[in-house]
Order: sequence, then C-alpha cells, then structure tokens
Amino acid sequence: MGLRGAIAIVGAAESTDLGKLPDMSALQLHVDAALNALADAGLKPSDVDGVASAGELPNDVADYLGIVPEYLDATNVGGCSYMLHVRHAMAAITAGLCETVLITHGESGRSRVGMQPWAPAPQSMMGQFEVPYGPVGAPSLFPIGVRRYMDTYGMTEEQFAMVPVVQREWAARNPRAKLRDPITVEDVLSSPVIADPIHLAHCCLVTDGGGALVLTSAERAKDLCSSAPVYVLGAGESSESSVVSGLASLTSSRAIERGGRAALRQAEVAHDDVGHLMIYDAFAHVPLYGLEDLGFVGRGEAAAFVAERNTAPGGRLPLNTNGGGLSYTHTGMYGMFAIQESVRQVRGTAPAQVDGVDVSVVTGVGGMFMTSGSLVLGSASTV
Amino acid sequence: MKPVAQPTPDTQAWFDRIDQGSLTVPRCQDCDHRFLYPRMCCPACGSRAVELVQASGRGVVDSFVVNHRGPQGFAEDAPYVLALIRLEEGPRLMAHVQVEDLTSARVDLPVVVTFTERGDRRVVQFIPAEVA
Ligand SMILES: [Zn+2]
Repeated sequence: MGLRGAIAIVGAAESTDLGKLPDMSALQLHVDAALNALADAGLKPSDVDGVASAGELPNDVADYLGIVPEYLDATNVGGCSYMLHVRHAMAAITAGLCETVLITHGESGRSRVGMQPWAPAPQSMMGQFEVPYGPVGAPSLFPIGVRRYMDTYGMTEEQFAMVPVVQREWAARNPRAKLRDPITVEDVLSSPVIADPIHLAHCCLVTDGGGALVLTSAERAKDLCSSAPVYVLGAGESSESSVVSGLASLTSSRAIERGGRAALRQAEVAHDDVGHLMIYDAFAHVPLYGLEDLGFVGRGEAAAFVAERNTAPGGRLPLNTNGGGLSYTHTGMYGMFAIQESVRQVRGTAPAQVDGVDVSVVTGVGGMFMTSGSLVLGSASTV
Repeated sequence: MKPVAQPTPDTQAWFDRIDQGSLTVPRCQDCDHRFLYPRMCCPACGSRAVELVQASGRGVVDSFVVNHRGPQGFAEDAPYVLALIRLEEGPRLMAHVQVEDLTSARVDLPVVVTFTERGDRRVVQFIPAEVA
C-alpha cells in the first residue's frame, strides 16, 4: 500500500512552558511535552508501542514514562531529526512493526540542565579541518556561504534584513513568542555584528523547551477522540558533507533539495497547493535557501520574494508563522517546533492562523546544511 | 591556546605534509577525482587507490565571514576573515585569509597558501595573491 496519508498525527504539543526553565532538565522537557501530546491525543503512555527521540535516548524517554516499546528510533542528525522520525514511523506503522509512535524533543538549550556542552569531537572531520580556525560555532559556520549568495544573486543587506523583520511580524501575533516587538531593517543592521554579514538579529534565540508528537495509522486515527487528525502526505530526508567546506554549493542546500522534493513528490502536491510553509531558521539565510531548494521560487529570487512581503502576514505564502527560531523559540534542535506549528495551522488552531490551510510543508535542517528532512502535512480533505 | 588538528590515521599523512610546509590534495588513481578532506577511499568512485599530490597553493575565496567575536584563543584576533578557499585543484579548504585591510576581503579574491606555526605544528592559511 502507498504511504501517502497512511499515518496521521493524532497528538501534538509543546512543553508547558518555553524560554528560561532552570527547574527542568532536558529529559523532563521531553517527558512534559510527551504527557501534553498524549493528553492531546486522548491516550496514555501504555497506549504507546513505539518511541523516537533525539537529544535523549528513546529508551530513556520510554523508561521514564513506563513504556516498554517494540519500536525504537534514536536517529539524531541534528535539528531536523524529528522530521526523519516521522518518516521512519510512517514506514514502521504502515508495515505493522508498531501501532502508535511517540516522538519527543526536549532541550535545556539556555539553562543547560542535564546537557553536555556542544563541541565537535577533536578527531571528527570538523574538529580537524574547521575548529582550528576559530569559527564562532554555528553563527559563523552556518552562514559562511551568504557572501557568495549575495555576490551571485545581488541580494542586498536590506533585503536580507527583511527575513527577521517579517518573522517578527508573525511573532507579534503569537502570545507564546519570546520576541514580539516589531523591528525594522535599521534595527537588524544596527544590531551587533557577530560574523559579518550576520548580525545578532539574523541569529536564532537560545531557549529551553520541548515538543512531542503522537502518530498512528490513518485507520486507527479515525477511532481516536482527539483533535482532527493531521495526515502525513509525504516525507523525505537527505544528507551531505560532514564539513562546511565540503558542501556541494554555498548558495543552496543539496540536502534540502533532495529531501524536500522527495516529500513533495510523494505527497502528490503542487507548489500552488501549499498554503503554509515552515523552514527551519537557525539563521536568516536558511529560509531563503529553502524557498529556492524546495522550488517555491527560482534560484536567486527568494530575497526579493520575502522583501516584497509574499511570506508576511497577508502574503500569498505564509512562512514561519510562529515567529520561527528567530523570534518564537529555539532550543537547539528546533525542528520539532516547526512541525508543531505546521500541525496547528492544518488543524486551524495556530495563534496567527492562516485561512484555510489544507497543506503545510515543513522543512528542517541539521548541522550546517549537513542533513535535512521535510514533511508534507494535510487536513482530512487531502486524503 | 588555539587548537591544532588531532589527525586520525586517514588524515595523518596530509597533516604531516602540512607540518613540512607542503599543501597536498588527495587524488584518486582510478578516476582522477581530487577531493578534501583526505580519506581512505575516493568519494566519486569508491576506489581505495588514493594518493596525495602536490597542490599549486593557489585558489580563490569562495565565500567568507568576518568574525567579530572569537572562541577561546581567537577573541584577541577579532575581527578576522574566516573563509572557504576554492583550491585550483577543485576542492575547498577552510582557513583564515590574512589581510591588512578587512575591506579587501571579497568573494573571488585570488589567494595563495602560507603556513603559520602553532606550537610544533603548522596550520594552513592564505594571503591575497597580490601581496604574495
Ligand atoms: Zn575515484
């Protein structure tokens, strides 16, 4: 049987609080979100027979909740791991390996409770070939291609600044967003320079929080008295270089393109069918690359597309409507929060709800464009 | 103290040559593909027949950021140019481009390799070709 629409998200929730949570460990944030998502689905931990997580091991999450699973997925390829968990669950549930999968995220990104500090291992390729040059972590490694993008396509600093400006407009409509005050292009360009051309306002937040999803077969979803099921229409994943210097292109992401287009193909949706889009924004250039890699605009067109307000409230392709990693929250592995917002938009329950979203695309990245996963989610009318 | 690479068995020979002041590029003896990072097989064809060949030392700045902050050991150097250099042989390397004037750093700037001492090791760096 085909996988399109074969499984549904029947529970979706974030941790009770987001932001600065020094009284919660990373594992507690997984569990807090899991309990909220199970309540959303009208299920108990004992109803779960599959567990997937990244950051904490799924066996540890399962044990904490008293679950003895028959399916474990510990895929951890960075912030998009949760997109891959959904894709793998799609295959596993459809093949009959398990029935109900719980996917959890929790990260004490800001307070660092129960967390190891992030650093590439000295003997990893990044440790050998890039760390000796003093990158300022992700803020200089991730956007290092932006100068090439500007040179190739003529993106101006003012256009680039519009990414955080527009996302702040979405955040202003979302009471749970961390940063809600409007900002201008001037504000972005006068914020401290971190790794020129990247200013502080181009960089994501660093917060504590969690999120969880409950998935089951479309058949079983009909019998659960939960919120309206959100169907997984398509999913894709890919990866490329272990080091930034090895990426095939500095002006696009091969991993986003391969994973994203596979998801769209599987979902059998055209770009015009997509009413809502989430693209992981650890830094402001990622949504621009993503818009092009996913094929929503042509090469070099994304900056003008955003600057001309196509992705802003009232625009024709609402993007990062929770405010994104730049303004909503970013724990470190943000992909779970992007999925949560796509689910809310398809359900019609988002704080900044877009009218009539039947199809939402959500794309995550891991590392510095090293991995990517995409999902196409749809309402009941799409299956 | 700035870190130096801790080579693994598959990268040791390449770093040994760096320590001798020589930049090399791994080449596949079966399909002639040139690549970095060094590894035990060719990423284009899977052949294990890989050798190190001398690089010209010339390249261009593919892209860069100017770090206005730095991690431990680098903060006092800020601002500095962290660049991806496209070598004449094809593959890229990350390195600093050592410039007197930060505004002279630009995409496509021709550069040549240089080596800086770090403890008893050497680190690959680049300088603008016109300075060299
Ligand atoms: Zn070869």
